[in-house]
Amino acid sequence: MIELNNVAKTFTLHNQGSAVIEVLRGVFLSVAQGECVALTGASGAGKSTLMRMIYGNYLTQGGAIRIGGVDLVQAEPREIIRLRREVLGYVSQFLRVVPRVPTLDVVAEPLRAVGVPPDAALARARSLLQQLNIPERLWTLSPTTFSGGEQQRVNIARGFAHPYPAMLLDEPTASLDAANREVVLALIEEAKAQGTAIIGIFHDEAARARVCDREIDVSGFTPGMAA
Amino acid sequence: MIHVDPLPLLSVQGVTKHYGAHIGCADVSFDLYPGEVMGIVGESGSGKSTLLNCMAGHLPPDAGGVVFDTRADGPRDTVTMSEPERRMLSRTDWAFVHQHARDGLRMGVSAGGNVGERLMAVGARHYGDIRDKATDWLDRVEIDASRVDDRPTTFSGGMKQRLQIARNLVTGPRLVFMDEPTGGLDVSVQARLLDLLRGLVRDMGLSAIIVTHDLAVVRLLADRLMVMKSGRVVESGLTDQVLDDPQHAYSQLLVSSVLQV
Repeated sequence: MIELNNVAKTFTLHNQGSAVIEVLRGVFLSVAQGECVALTGASGAGKSTLMRMIYGNYLTQGGAIRIGGVDLVQAEPREIIRLRREVLGYVSQFLRVVPRVPTLDVVAEPLRAVGVPPDAALARARSLLQQLNIPERLWTLSPTTFSGGEQQRVNIARGFAHPYPAMLLDEPTASLDAANREVVLALIEEAKAQGTAIIGIFHDEAARARVCDREIDVSGFTPGMAA
Repeated sequence: MIHVDPLPLLSVQGVTKHYGAHIGCADVSFDLYPGEVMGIVGESGSGKSTLLNCMAGHLPPDAGGVVFDTRADGPRDTVTMSEPERRMLSRTDWAFVHQHARDGLRMGVSAGGNVGERLMAVGARHYGDIRDKATDWLDRVEIDASRVDDRPTTFSGGMKQRLQIARNLVTGPRLVFMDEPTGGLDVSVQARLLDLLRGLVRDMGLSAIIVTHDLAVVRLLADRLMVMKSGRVVESGLTDQVLDDPQHAYSQLLVSSVLQV
């Protein structure tokens, strides 16, 4: 489902003496349907960079990243937009929303974007918010004023609203209490059972051991960092 | 699973505009597909408003074409079509939201009249229908129905801007040009307007081109982004890619110059 072939990444900082920083080189990675792969490696190894390349918000300088028949390295913006709407979900660590939009609509939006009728989309959003223990009295408020943990749970609800065939998870269990962590792990297991291919970053080792089928150490692809 | 739309709604081909020896915009080309929102950013004088006005038929470009996929005849170059044809297109299929609402409104006419006038321009004649539709649109842009007979001179800046949007969208256009739509509004009003625009774009399947210097606005509204400097496009791509991983020196400077809140 997700296929990385000889992927490379450099940053060129034009305003800082045109420094060229080689971040990743020779990344090969393949994730099958229903499989969850963890990216590991020390801080600065390039886990988040690789994740952003797979989502397409970092440009890739070499190789191919294929997801559901689209090569993100070559694709036109509109192909990536469609891929993100229909195929590739991303749960980032931070919630970014239009201020003033109620939580319920924030969560339902990915479903509305693929044409699910409002009633069905809102029903799914309610059920997810309930599972993630967001109190009902908050649903009509914008999540911008919520606590960090609440925002993260809203972000997760939004990320799991549409059943994407491929998902990227950036620290989905960070800053959650035991009960909510359990809910998130169950959501991941459910998505896997439905055939979703997942790549995740988990600093929570027990969570990683439970939901991930394999680990890939990104430092192996980091020039100057490999042992 | 993935299929690609066959025809762009708007195809801009090598649009160039000079003001004497000075470059307004030079050799700009891109395709906009149905439902896409494209942001154009750059500092003042970078040519983004010149480009917008060339695309919307307000300024004749010196060179290049602006091909629009018309409902009746398919793709037509709007630069070479006759003035009446272009004017009809700008009433039926295009909308233009000005930075200053007073440029896009008739200040001596009531709010309902401002919206109704656009309907009459495309042939609506039944007074009751026009008034109902106008009231419905005022409601959609969150202007209270009790204000329908008031003139926009009595409205706040944010209300004027929302009225301008209602006036523009009432005829069901397919492409909306926006010139700094949130400029000059205070932040809470901006948020409300952004929320409104996003909902309208999604529910009506609109395509839009938004010129702004506010990177936060494009991140929330635009799918794609074009960065202009000195009349030329220096970088373009997915909005979050250009903002998170800018490639050109100028885009890097622009992104790194934003103050963190």
